[in-house]
Amino acid sequence: MALLEMQNISMRFGAIEALAGVDFALEPGRITGLMGDNGAGKSTLVKIIAGNFPPTEGKMLLGGKEVHFHKPVDARQAGIEVVYQDLAICNNLTASANVFLGREIMKGLWPVRILDNWTMSSRSKELFEELKSETRPDDVVRSMSGGQRQAVAIARTHLSKAKIVLMDEPTAAISVRQVAEVLDLLKRLRDQGMAIVLISHRMPDVFSVSDQIVVLRRGHKVADKPIAGSSPEEVTGLITGAIKAA
Amino acid sequence: MTTAPTYQTGYTAPRQSFLQKLLSKQPFWVMVAVVIIPLIMTVVEPSFRSAFFSGENFVNNTRNFAFIAIMALGQVAVMITGGIDLSVGSILAVSGIVLGLLMDAGYSFWLAAFAALIAGIVIGAINGFLIAYLKLSPFVVTLGMLSIGRSLALAISNNKFFHEFGEDEALLQAIGGGKTFGIANPVIVMVVLALVMGFIFRYTRYGRHLYAIGGNEHASQLTGVPVDLLKLSVYVISGFMTAVAAILMVGWLGSVTNGIGIGYELRVIASTVIGGVNLLGGEGGAFAAVVGAALIEIIRNSLLLAGVDPYWQGTFVGIFIILAVLLERLRGRKVG
Repeated sequence: MALLEMQNISMRFGAIEALAGVDFALEPGRITGLMGDNGAGKSTLVKIIAGNFPPTEGKMLLGGKEVHFHKPVDARQAGIEVVYQDLAICNNLTASANVFLGREIMKGLWPVRILDNWTMSSRSKELFEELKSETRPDDVVRSMSGGQRQAVAIARTHLSKAKIVLMDEPTAAISVRQVAEVLDLLKRLRDQGMAIVLISHRMPDVFSVSDQIVVLRRGHKVADKPIAGSSPEEVTGLITGAIKAA
Repeated sequence: MTTAPTYQTGYTAPRQSFLQKLLSKQPFWVMVAVVIIPLIMTVVEPSFRSAFFSGENFVNNTRNFAFIAIMALGQVAVMITGGIDLSVGSILAVSGIVLGLLMDAGYSFWLAAFAALIAGIVIGAINGFLIAYLKLSPFVVTLGMLSIGRSLALAISNNKFFHEFGEDEALLQAIGGGKTFGIANPVIVMVVLALVMGFIFRYTRYGRHLYAIGGNEHASQLTGVPVDLLKLSVYVISGFMTAVAAILMVGWLGSVTNGIGIGYELRVIASTVIGGVNLLGGEGGAFAAVVGAALIEIIRNSLLLAGVDPYWQGTFVGIFIILAVLLERLRGRKVG
């Protein structure tokens, strides 16, 4: 059974139809590559799943039950985490402070509750070890490489025991070597049973890790098939409209 | 920004020792300057020693910068979130006038001081509301409040000069102008408030979230930090700190006019910048505010004792502000 099922989702912003009757399903332990040109509706779909706004029409089922998200916190509480393209991390804080931002571990008795930096740091260390990343919890993020920053953002989703992780262009702004590191992170999350959506423009990345591929064009879903049954050429054709549907 | 070097997978920057960390902190270098400037002056001008290190001058010095430092403690909270509060000089005037007006009318010190604090808090809350909830620019809102506050001080005082404070006059003057264990009272208040703010910045969730907002406001929002409420709160803290400074200052001066605190916003912001607080947000601490204010007072006092024409004071303070930013840039490059 699908973990998340979206049925006949439409989204209109005034006269603009960003999504038109899209069905979309996610299964645990699978990576779904979501592709499409700019303005195809990828971001809109992700924002609906992440609870930024409810769809104009359509139903969302999570674990078989209908859900309505009105703000991002609703989605997060339901086990859906987003790793944003700009990473949404604070450069001036340590890796550990970022992982625990908004859910800091405290110690001491009320009213003198203080930050338990030691526990947060050692928990972060465990998370980074699980992800096989050598990110050091007490280092400030500003001085880190793109791959390590990505690990920080991913460790955060890990901490919350997310069931669904939406990755928005995780490999867009980092070096080739780090791309491999990030893709390995994604595979590890998948192997732990998470459902992952990988939004990317980079065809090789999508093809190297995805199980399923979904292509959007002008708000319509034009393909939804196992990656093995597709090819980069076909997807390129689908994105540009040279191939109508597959 | 220079392009970051591409590290190999798993590369991590070398860990900094305690000494390296200390040497990379701006407040440390400012502290060094605070100690060294009087020593250099002593060597250059032998007569300086007896003047500068006399007990009376020392008490005056520390008290003079305590008022600015207390206000700077509130300003640091604002600046950590990436904001700025230009209205502190005017808040000082409103709180001071409220205190003078009520005590002159025969109310007790405690009631008048309470009203002065409320005045500071209310003005800070208005600033904060406009900035956090109506998303107006902190610079513009507090610039407007600078004008409004000054005008309010004129209006409610009816341009009167208050120098009689009713039956609690002695208490007011003892609190602001007196000493405890040989230390000027405002200095004691400053130290206590600095410790409290330092604790809040370093050890509480609230403090951590202020830095997060300064680092990446959008990210903080996404992780569930109550960004708007926290932004409102820092302007309230700034208003409160300024009102505390107003009460102490009026007690020390023994009088209050609506001209009190003109131009103080610049001295307060200069203190924080010299202390190493980043105007873009996300960096700074309680110690920075205190040493920054101390350095300005040291420069001012040293020039005065050295017989330099007071007209030049602004030039020297200005040079130190620019040096502070330059130092930050140099450090920034070294760190990466």
